Amino acid sequence: MKDRPRVQDFDWPLLAIAGTISALGVLEIYSSTHASAMAGMQWKQLMWIGIGIIGMFVISRIDYHTLMDQAPALYLVGVAGLLVVLLIGFSRLGAKRWISLGGLMNLQVSEIMKLIIIIVLARYFAEVRTDRLTLTDLLKIGVLTLIPVGLILKQPDLGTAMVLVPVAVVGAFFAGIQWKHAAIGLIVIALLVPLGWNMRRHLKPYQQQRIQTFLHPEEDQRGAGYQILQSEIAVGSGGFWGKGFGKGSQNQLGFVPVRYSDFILAALAEEQGFIGVCVVLLLYLGLILRLVDNAQKAKDRAGMYVVMGVTAILGFHVLVNASMVIGYMPVTGIPLPLMSYGGSATAFVFLALGLVMNVRMRRFVN
Amino acid sequence: MPSWNVNDQRIPQGRLALFSYLSATMIVFLLVGFWKLQVMQSEHFSDLAEKNGIRSIAIIAPRGAMLDRDGRVLVDSYPSFSILLLRDNPKLLEKNLPQIEEGLGIAKEDLDQQLDAAKAEPKFLPLIIKPEASQADIAFVDSHRADLPVLDLMMVQRRRYPHDEMLANTIGYVGEVSVQDMEKNPDRYRPGDIVGKAGLEKQYNDQIVGTDGMRRVVVNSVGKVMRTLDNVEAIPGRPIQLTIDEDLQQIAEADFANKEGALIAMDARTGEVLAMVSRPTFNPNDFAVRIPNQEWAHLNTDPKTPLLNRAIQAQLAPGSVFKIVMATAMLESKAIPASYTVYCPGYATFYGRVFHCDHAHGSVDLHKGIVASCDVYFYNVGKLLGIDRIDQYATGLGLGRRTGIDLPSEEPGLMPSEEWVERVDHHKWYPGSTISVSIGQGAVMVTPIQLARMIAAVANGGTLIPPHLMKNATDLKSGSFPISDDTVQQVTDGMWGVVNEPDGTTSGQVKLQNVDFSGKTGTAQVEGFELQNKLGKKLKENGWFVGYAPRRNPDIVVAALVQSGGWGSTSAAPIVRDVVKAYYDKKGGHLQQPSTADNLPPSSAIHPPGVSSGAEQQ
Repeated sequence: MKDRPRVQDFDWPLLAIAGTISALGVLEIYSSTHASAMAGMQWKQLMWIGIGIIGMFVISRIDYHTLMDQAPALYLVGVAGLLVVLLIGFSRLGAKRWISLGGLMNLQVSEIMKLIIIIVLARYFAEVRTDRLTLTDLLKIGVLTLIPVGLILKQPDLGTAMVLVPVAVVGAFFAGIQWKHAAIGLIVIALLVPLGWNMRRHLKPYQQQRIQTFLHPEEDQRGAGYQILQSEIAVGSGGFWGKGFGKGSQNQLGFVPVRYSDFILAALAEEQGFIGVCVVLLLYLGLILRLVDNAQKAKDRAGMYVVMGVTAILGFHVLVNASMVIGYMPVTGIPLPLMSYGGSATAFVFLALGLVMNVRMRRFVN
Repeated sequence: MPSWNVNDQRIPQGRLALFSYLSATMIVFLLVGFWKLQVMQSEHFSDLAEKNGIRSIAIIAPRGAMLDRDGRVLVDSYPSFSILLLRDNPKLLEKNLPQIEEGLGIAKEDLDQQLDAAKAEPKFLPLIIKPEASQADIAFVDSHRADLPVLDLMMVQRRRYPHDEMLANTIGYVGEVSVQDMEKNPDRYRPGDIVGKAGLEKQYNDQIVGTDGMRRVVVNSVGKVMRTLDNVEAIPGRPIQLTIDEDLQQIAEADFANKEGALIAMDARTGEVLAMVSRPTFNPNDFAVRIPNQEWAHLNTDPKTPLLNRAIQAQLAPGSVFKIVMATAMLESKAIPASYTVYCPGYATFYGRVFHCDHAHGSVDLHKGIVASCDVYFYNVGKLLGIDRIDQYATGLGLGRRTGIDLPSEEPGLMPSEEWVERVDHHKWYPGSTISVSIGQGAVMVTPIQLARMIAAVANGGTLIPPHLMKNATDLKSGSFPISDDTVQQVTDGMWGVVNEPDGTTSGQVKLQNVDFSGKTGTAQVEGFELQNKLGKKLKENGWFVGYAPRRNPDIVVAALVQSGGWGSTSAAPIVRDVVKAYYDKKGGHLQQPSTADNLPPSSAIHPPGVSSGAEQQ
């Protein structure tokens, strides 16, 4: 490492896309909450975006190889953090996800775990030197992933737990999973679904409710099915051009559930119409393609894994969240990255983008 | 360089390209999903969004007031709030119930029972759990909008009857529109609309209902009203002015305390009803909120039929009042000479049967026959006239047919004739029946209003006045059954004698100073000996008195019926006298309100001691 990474190697277009999406999010948060008791939320969100961007620059300065060196330690710290949450974390909305940092800031440890799993799995895949993953590799990856997944599920936070899985799946895809293993994996999942269905009584009541509701939304108009229905009404009634900023009745009158957070895309769809949705989803596509471009230009395979880990998580978030908003998936509590209100989640995305910058800035180094 | 990193620079470009394509596909898939909702089903969802956030609230128009002839309020309306329980979310309902029970002070069993009863109804129909909410109840609902979203308030216009039982049977009552009415008039009525169910409330429903307004409001997801979109004000119903005179009504009501029967006072020139009483009665305020089922069942099955308006619905034997018809028929038909005289030994035998009289009157002519109410005289008159001639004059004077007063459910009564008995009983008329009919017994049945109109017609020369309660009634049609002046003179002389001559049936007890008060008593045996046997006691006779003043071309005519009151002269005549006296006192500007009328606490039937007409009389 003779040369220092230079400022012009920073991925400014990527930051511009992320900033645009964040700005749209802040506007929609303002629109959704300005007339309610929660007015002023957009300032908190802006603060977190600021903190995230600072964090992004900080994390981009630390060579990702250095971070990957510390992967085992990071992993242990992450798992220990999750255990601490389970033991002493405080509950909010019926789930223990936060560790109090004093003052107003509450840290959602599982968000940090997302960063850690990206680094840990990138390290693991980088150690596989062939183009073929053996069954042993897959099992090890499985165990590494499922330990934090299990702990997060315990909180319980089905959404975040699920988000860790695509990192492993996408990593395996690039590491050269054998077709037969992929096929077997798919078959196992296909078999596990009915088994899991039979085991559903082990799920939390609200999780059972969500699955029930997804399968039969019309039966429960005031519970979770009501949420999806109201979301669909918001989206559908927005039409092609939208009802206008601050004029969505579903949004303004509070029919859209958590309209500033998990269902922010429904609020935007109602007020900005299909046109607005197109702009947002194409911005996300731009973000993903820009990330893939960074992976393609990575200096080494380790960097590629880091970038694609980030891409996997963000892509999964967008897919699951947007699908939920239009009723294609059950309510899982997965926010829309960069747009949904939420300190830890927003900070995570910028830190993850920091990792990507980190990889990009070092493509010519050495 | 760390041991794990061998600076592996092989980047799987192919797979990364594949990943890009998959991502683009994913975004297209999502966009298709949005397209389906936002473009293809946009209208459907717009409708749903509108239904979600916009609620139409009916603004109920108050019914018009009813005023007496001097503009005093007899009935009006006032706004009141009902508390609604929304039942579309059973789980939430279950959770909220204990707090609601406590906050509104409703017993758990009561609420459970109401919910049970409403189980079969659609869930979106709210339940009215408190029809008349107090200020505290309203505050409770308002302050718990967020945590008790199953409660809501509804403003309604309630009917108020400030005088409670006064005039109740004539005014009638209101209630929720029936299913049948709604089917007949689907455009006009909505479920829960309040309509007149009986009496004037029913008769003039169309005049006094207002036009409901409509407010469209935007509500948020917990049902809180955020703003009003548009507001069509309700148009209140117009008041109607009645012919009733509250002063006379109060006096008549006070006289009827603790009695059963009816009274009707009319302006004898126009047919304007000045007072109308029916006892026993009910309190229409009980219907204005929601009448408990038990109370309703009681009112409907009470053998004393408190819902009946006896002034127009009681069909009873007129007793001796009928003798006025007989006298008129005798003189007008000229079938019997005006000088016809009969000797009364206290009884008479016709067709092998003995018919009794009150006294042995000795030699009786028409004047004495009326004044002393001699049965034997009129038995003979009846025998000579025959039933068909009696029927011709009785019917001509309005007995046995409806007067056409502007009230629903007036009864016709019955005037028997040969034709009638053949049609109904399929046998020839028994001549012996004529004898009973001659003194107003037997098959003849009349209503108090018919008797009042009949007496007025005889005294005014044959004009059948049109009884009515609406002050500015148009297209009133008087009937005409001309009576010669000579006949009027003789019959009215008789009725003057009933009140004013020493041997009159009223024994001079109801004379009025400066008023030419006249009338005729009646004491009718109660029909239905089976009923009397069943009760194991003899029912007292029904007392009648129809009085009027002055003796010819009267200003006022009053008919009173006191059921089981015994002699009409002592039970009914004093009441009529009080009303006629009050009428002239008021005319002369020195009406003294009976202490009873003003001091009578509302909704109480307490009869203060020492004011009953009977007590005054003795």
